[in-house]
Amino acid sequence: MSFLLPCPQCGPRDVYEFRYGGEAQRRPAPGSPRSTWTAYLYDRTNAAGVEDAWWYHRLGCKRWFRAVRDTRDNTVLKSTAPTVPPRDANDPPGD
Amino acid sequence: MIGVFKRLKMWSPRPLKKTYDVVIIGAGVHGLATAYELARRGVRNIAVLERYYIGAGSSGRNTAIIRSNYRTPEGVAFYDQSVKIYEKMSVDLDMNVMFSQRGHLTFAHTEQAIAGLRVRAEINQLTGVDSRVIYPSEIARLAPAVDLSSRPRFPVLAALYHPPGGIIRHDAVVWAYARAASRLGVDIHPFTTVTGINHGGGVVTGVDTSRGAIGAGTVVNSTAGWASTIAAMVGLRLPIVSHPLQALVTEPLKPFLDPVLVSATLNVYVSQTDRGELVIGAEIDPYSSYSNRSTLPFMEASAAHVLELLPSISSVKVLRQWAGVCDMTPDYSPIMGFVPGLKGFVLDVGWGTYGFKAGPISGRCIAELIHTGVTPDLIKPFSITRFASGEMLGEKAAAAVSH
Repeated sequence: MSFLLPCPQCGPRDVYEFRYGGEAQRRPAPGSPRSTWTAYLYDRTNAAGVEDAWWYHRLGCKRWFRAVRDTRDNTVLKSTAPTVPPRDANDPPGD
Repeated sequence: MIGVFKRLKMWSPRPLKKTYDVVIIGAGVHGLATAYELARRGVRNIAVLERYYIGAGSSGRNTAIIRSNYRTPEGVAFYDQSVKIYEKMSVDLDMNVMFSQRGHLTFAHTEQAIAGLRVRAEINQLTGVDSRVIYPSEIARLAPAVDLSSRPRFPVLAALYHPPGGIIRHDAVVWAYARAASRLGVDIHPFTTVTGINHGGGVVTGVDTSRGAIGAGTVVNSTAGWASTIAAMVGLRLPIVSHPLQALVTEPLKPFLDPVLVSATLNVYVSQTDRGELVIGAEIDPYSSYSNRSTLPFMEASAAHVLELLPSISSVKVLRQWAGVCDMTPDYSPIMGFVPGLKGFVLDVGWGTYGFKAGPISGRCIAELIHTGVTPDLIKPFSITRFASGEMLGEKAAAAVSH
């Protein structure tokens, strides 16, 4: 279903303005075993319920943010701009 | 004559037993085909559990297109076996499934797309599948209604023609398998929700359901749309993200469109059913969701795109639209087989937008795997271990949009 997604910069906008960036997850430490990297790359919780995911406002402010959404009915519970600066160049923002 | 008015019993309700040799989760075409093929192999004591009515999930929500013109040799060989089973299904299962092999056209609107179609045609031909690239003069003969002029923004330049492709009555396929399985003694339990899977020490021992616990030697995850939630019950994370896929149906028209038309560039596909309705679909929605609600933006975009191909239907009315949930894998190929380190749990998941057409051969292969304990060669490439080993089966070029 179509729904409004509240961008932290621009306010509620049509979900078609955004690119879905996948569920938020923690990047493994450098040197982690291969199985850890495989799981990070491919395996997903894919929750039928509350999911914390990355979104990109491609037709707006062109910034990434996180939104907590119930995937069963697309109710958006919370959306936040990443505030914590990246630890180093290898880390995704806000992690 | 009175017999005409008797209610036809497709399958018999039976009591829920305390233990089964094989418990199959999901009574769609995959689960029921697996049960039927297992019963044909002499396996008894099989249950198929379904949380809603039979065929309520993706088996009743797909757009019923059958084809085998995929891109990887492994994929083409697999789907081709399914087409062959579908060709004989009405006789084998004694039900008219209305398989109409009217041909399947995948359009190219750019030079690059023609190159992609040529690759598919070559791989198809080497695998023995009837498939070739044709150009507007031949397209005009097969589908005169298609606008082949230079009017559209992206004119049609060529098409991959796949004569064995076509459409089928998907509900009849589900009912045919349910009836055939039931006659062979399979217990089909609709409205029975699986709430947990009992396992310990790397062995699956049964399932908890809304109607009580059931012991099981083997549990098969044959769900589509909810595969991740079932796998989570054994602590398994799958390389799957669930996206909605939408479709719509127009009012019936006189037959004017023989082949199934697909355009990845225009993000639309269309076929005319035997009732005359046009079935129109698109690519998956661009975000994960388990919601089955359809959207206005989809209908607007699909209508605009299909008019690029068929301008003559501009005043046709839409009857209804709906959505289903598709379990997308990173390489657009399914995941079938055992799970390393977990005895008694079988995966038949990740069916994205291509599950219905694969149901019969998937059921046959999964049944062989459960019965013999050996993974059949046909589905070996689709193991869950392919993600760790990097042996992906990239089907996006052939599986996205065209279903």
